[in-house]
Amino acid sequence: MSAETTNWIRVTREENIPAREGRSVQIRDREIAIFNLGDRFAAIDAACPHRGGPLCDGIVTGNRAPSLDCGPVVGHAVVCPLHGWKVDLQTGDVLKPDVSVRVDTYDVRVSDDGVVEVAVPVAAQRSKKAA
Amino acid sequence: MEQLVIIGNGMAGVACLENILSHKHRFDITIFGDETHANYNRIMLSSVLAGEREADEITINGMDWYQKNGIGLRLGTRVIDVNTTLRTLTGEDGSVTRYDKLIFATGSSAFIPPMDGIYRRNVFTFRSMDDTNGMLRIAGPGKRAVIIGGGLLGLEAARGLQVRGCDVTVIHLVDTLMNNQLDSTAGDYVKEKMEAIGIKVLGGRRTKGLLGRDEVEAVELSDGERIPADLVVIAAGIRANSDLASRAGIQCNRGIIVNDYMETSDPRVFAVGECTEHRGETFGLVAPLFDQGKVLAATITGNRGPTFEGWAPAAKLKVMGVEVFSAGEFLETPGADVVRYEDPGSGVYKKLLVRNNRLAGCILVGDTTDSNRYMDWLRTGADLEVRRRNLLFPEPVTDKGSSIAEIPDNETVCGCMGVTKGRIIQVIHEKGICTMAQLKECTRASTGCGSCAGTCEGLLKAVAPDFVEEGKKVLCKCVPFSQDNLREIIFTQKLKSVQDVLEIYGDGIGCEICKPALSYLVDVVWCGDHEEDRSARFINDRVHANIQNDGTFSVIPRMRGGVTTPDELRKIADAADKYKVRTVKVTGSQRIDLLGVKKSDLPGIWADLGMPSGQGYAKGVRMVKTCVGTEFCRFGVQDAMTTGIELEKRLENLYTPHKTKLGVTGCPRNCAEVTVKDIGLVGQEGSWQVVVGGAAGKHVRKADLLITVETTDEAIEAALLFFQYYRENGNYLERTYDFVERFGIEKIRKETVYAQPKEKRILLRRLQKAKALSKDAWLDRENPTPTQFVQIQTIQSIMDTQVEATIQ
Repeated sequence: MSAETTNWIRVTREENIPAREGRSVQIRDREIAIFNLGDRFAAIDAACPHRGGPLCDGIVTGNRAPSLDCGPVVGHAVVCPLHGWKVDLQTGDVLKPDVSVRVDTYDVRVSDDGVVEVAVPVAAQRSKKAA
Repeated sequence: MEQLVIIGNGMAGVACLENILSHKHRFDITIFGDETHANYNRIMLSSVLAGEREADEITINGMDWYQKNGIGLRLGTRVIDVNTTLRTLTGEDGSVTRYDKLIFATGSSAFIPPMDGIYRRNVFTFRSMDDTNGMLRIAGPGKRAVIIGGGLLGLEAARGLQVRGCDVTVIHLVDTLMNNQLDSTAGDYVKEKMEAIGIKVLGGRRTKGLLGRDEVEAVELSDGERIPADLVVIAAGIRANSDLASRAGIQCNRGIIVNDYMETSDPRVFAVGECTEHRGETFGLVAPLFDQGKVLAATITGNRGPTFEGWAPAAKLKVMGVEVFSAGEFLETPGADVVRYEDPGSGVYKKLLVRNNRLAGCILVGDTTDSNRYMDWLRTGADLEVRRRNLLFPEPVTDKGSSIAEIPDNETVCGCMGVTKGRIIQVIHEKGICTMAQLKECTRASTGCGSCAGTCEGLLKAVAPDFVEEGKKVLCKCVPFSQDNLREIIFTQKLKSVQDVLEIYGDGIGCEICKPALSYLVDVVWCGDHEEDRSARFINDRVHANIQNDGTFSVIPRMRGGVTTPDELRKIADAADKYKVRTVKVTGSQRIDLLGVKKSDLPGIWADLGMPSGQGYAKGVRMVKTCVGTEFCRFGVQDAMTTGIELEKRLENLYTPHKTKLGVTGCPRNCAEVTVKDIGLVGQEGSWQVVVGGAAGKHVRKADLLITVETTDEAIEAALLFFQYYRENGNYLERTYDFVERFGIEKIRKETVYAQPKEKRILLRRLQKAKALSKDAWLDRENPTPTQFVQIQTIQSIMDTQVEATIQ
């Protein structure tokens, strides 16, 4: 979403999202899952690309070196509670199973007064749905 | 075709016949058996008596085997006469059968010492399935059983009857138990162990007679003392059944005399098994008899050559908690060095007799792990000179697999089924076997007395490329330790939260496999006194409901014992209306499931229901299913509903390695289907059977009998002991049916219901502590963590940005 114009939306106080858990929020036509990773937050589309499972309800896990699923932890991922699809919280790529599908990701920041803010594209329609 | 007739349908005769069939020599075969059962594993009768196996589980060859091999089977027909001149035999039904070759496999029978009144009812010997069934009909809690004879069989009978709930007394002629196999010190150790498990032993006492009217009522000793008895077992030794052969003019002494080729004095007559006498010895154990069978099969099929060289007498007591092994000489004689080890505190006694650097005999009590090594030394006459410093202890091990590697390929690993090490390795490679269950199925190894299970597992470990021992499996890559290790780490390092474990022993983040497992482990190690971390739990345990395929949840209130009230039903109906529940379903666990509830509605529906959580989503205590029991049922003999509700109250809200389903049924008709539950109570007249490890899921498994007890309190206590033991030792996601198979019911009994009172108290105390700290999960409605159930609402109104977007 680099080329698109975005708005920072003030979402909620950071303590409303407990450490290592996710919560969903509806912003216009998007349902977005925001995760508290301890030292930072991450945000992706809330619906699992498989069967629409609630990614915000998944367990946050480590994300190991690509494809091998071994080696050192390089980031975070979330596992969908319905059928165990694993989605990268930085890139939105589906890591498990091996399919080339991704979900949208969003920039997140915490304001000086402790509010989580998410950058949401200004466009009225999401590009994916329009296609 | 040559007519081959075998008299005797026991283990030795049929094992010999199996070998004959493998020689491809064509015989027309008939087999006579005086019992009415197909061939079964006689050495496992004590396991049937103790409820460790069912009668049908010890069948070796079913009727179809005889049919398939074209063998004429004459069950229930005793042979009363053999004429070696006419080559015929006569059955008690008057039938006459001709033979070209004849095998005596008549076995042995119980020796009945002279005493008065042995023909009273409820007096048994312990040789056959019928004997065992007879005892089982009478045995039960409160019944007094007296065993005459403190030998191998007597002690096994004593234990079996005690497990069935009887008060058991063993009367033995001399002071030393098992005096045909043990010296007096070893006998004392065994006596102490038998007494420790609650069996009374009267040594040095002679039985004068049995008293009573029709049924036996007491045993009278020669000193006049009378011991009340509802059931008497005579186990005073065995005698070879050689009368029939002797009357036919075949040379007999204590048994039918055979040479090294298993031939008798008549060239057309052979003998095998316990009825034989070879080089002056008779036999009472199965291993040498299988050896005899192989030799005889060769001789009789025209391959005369292999010889039977005899076996050192050996005996192993199959009484859980009283490990005893004896082989060869056992009394100290001049010229023999005695090598001895004793530890009275732990009840271990080992004695070896060594003559000219060769092992002449050994006794092991309390620790029989080395029995195969000593048996091997005895049979091969191994020179022990270089081993003298390590006779009683394993030699220092350099390579883990070395003791297994040292076994020669042609050595029999499983004596009961006659399976060699070479055969096991061959099958593992050919069939790609990697579990004990597969190994048993393909080779029959370890399906007899089971004492070779350790060796078989060792072989599997060494040979099978994919073998992974249960329980030693590493949890996952994030925390590379086994669950057993992790329990220890959590406890000794005082780690109270999942995150602590991950940060110190793992990768700091964890994954969907290890986080729920660690959540369970910290909970159970600290008995609930841990720091609960919702983020490490699956969504179901964060919101206490079961997520469905559309992201909604199912709500199952607790309905103890499946018993409800009109008031509860009204509340359920009102809640279902109010929250627009899509489907209301009665579950298989006697409860009501409300399906399709939105996450944000969960606290509200729980409050409206006013009932506690049924944990229908958790790896925890689900329910106790009950039948109506004595309260209404015409056939009920125990109060199943009250007992089930009580049991559910004592266990609800606790977590377990996997879901745990219980059941209580008021009579053996088993309407609550408790024999396929994780823990079940089966009501009987005057007692309860407590059964564990049942399953009716992916697999169907009949639960094992844990114990039979008289009172409801005792039954509940036994269930609680098993429950906590499973909590503390089961791997996360391991159901009781896998757990029971992995640990073995004997070990579980020993460490739960038969544990020392102090150990039981400690186990129960930990359960009580965890129970006291547990609570109804649905009370979370009163004090939810931030946004636990509701979606976040943005602080900033998004209207203005929307307007902005529209303008663009």
